Amino acid sequence: MAAGAQIFTGLPTFDAAAETTRIAEGIRHALMQRLRRKGAVIGVSGGIDSTVVAFLCARALGPERVFALFTPEADSSPDSLRLGRLVAETLGVRSRIEDITPILEGAGCYERRDEAIRLVAPEYGEGYKSKIVLPDLAQSRDYSLFSVVIQRPDGTTFTVRLSAAAYLGIVAATNFKQRSRKMIEYYHADLLQYAVAGTPNRLEYELGFFVKHGDGAADFKPIAHLYKSQVYALAAYLGVPDEILRRPPTTDTYSLEQSQEEFYFMLPLEKMDLCLYGRNNAIPPEVLAPAAGLEAAQVEKMYRIIDGKRRAAEYLLAPPVLM
Amino acid sequence: MTSEKTAVAGVAIAQEVRRFVRENYLFGQDDGLKDDDSFLEMGIIDSTGVLELVSYLENTFGIRVESEELNVENLDSLNRICAYLEGKMNAARLT
Repeated sequence: MAAGAQIFTGLPTFDAAAETTRIAEGIRHALMQRLRRKGAVIGVSGGIDSTVVAFLCARALGPERVFALFTPEADSSPDSLRLGRLVAETLGVRSRIEDITPILEGAGCYERRDEAIRLVAPEYGEGYKSKIVLPDLAQSRDYSLFSVVIQRPDGTTFTVRLSAAAYLGIVAATNFKQRSRKMIEYYHADLLQYAVAGTPNRLEYELGFFVKHGDGAADFKPIAHLYKSQVYALAAYLGVPDEILRRPPTTDTYSLEQSQEEFYFMLPLEKMDLCLYGRNNAIPPEVLAPAAGLEAAQVEKMYRIIDGKRRAAEYLLAPPVLM
Repeated sequence: MTSEKTAVAGVAIAQEVRRFVRENYLFGQDDGLKDDDSFLEMGIIDSTGVLELVSYLENTFGIRVESEELNVENLDSLNRICAYLEGKMNAARLT
């Protein structure tokens, strides 16, 4: 190997204990000094991120100052509520179920979504299920276009590439879900004089994997600086239940189960972690590739995709423009 | 089609594609967009914009943009789009 050749073996060593202490102090400072709120409301989905945020808040503030909210709807996996309850019971925090299905029906969420799907699949209707997917990195070309996977009532499936109108219609309609959840979280926060905790990790926050004023809205975001692998390290340290540790990340947004990889990231999250870290730290593609189990050309392509997603995220993260 | 008619049709297509790009990605202003400027390098079109572009090409010119044709060689500038369209429409005429 040439002298001075760069070698990359993975993310730097992560001290979960020290980071827990640091974040807990940050949560207390945020609530007591900056926000002047008495506790934290957390939308707990049964996924790893909201679970870790709940554990951190309980450690920082005491369980008596944490309120866990479960917001299932018609397309939610039953596991989400079951695992969410497990989190609340494990921590000994108060919790409440708020089924947002009536809100979504009143807003025409499901109806609008189905109408958009019918633009490309006219047969879509009662008893059908769906999810939208991107090609994975290996299959994608220079541009990656969404398709909708549809399951008929008889269980057979087919896939149709989405037109712009259909894609935008589906996303705009399903965004009602995240925005309705946030509306309910702030209702309880107002009642209790609590702050609303956001639960994005670094991949989601930097790359715009959230709904503007939906799950993107919060008063504090205690894990937005952490790569996904670091969130898992914290979870193990904090004693998160094993079943949640092992649960594959899901969007829990569509009626067909949809992984975060197929909806947004195009790579398994552990590889996505490495690519984002590499992009953020100017690691050449050929240096990062072996550690990520990818070809250098794939890393280079993922760097371009990351840049594109970051550009798109600027709108999602931007505060209002004042005149 | 005679070479003159082909040339006229080609200019009309180029003007129509430029109009679409101007109206949808440049807020109605050309700002000196050159025919071989890279949309990606200039940050003109994002992933949703590509979806819109593909829908526009299919609906306006009666073609189908196949998955393997979704690449910068075919779609990343006004010139490249026009060359791609010419190839697709010529192929359709021959079948």
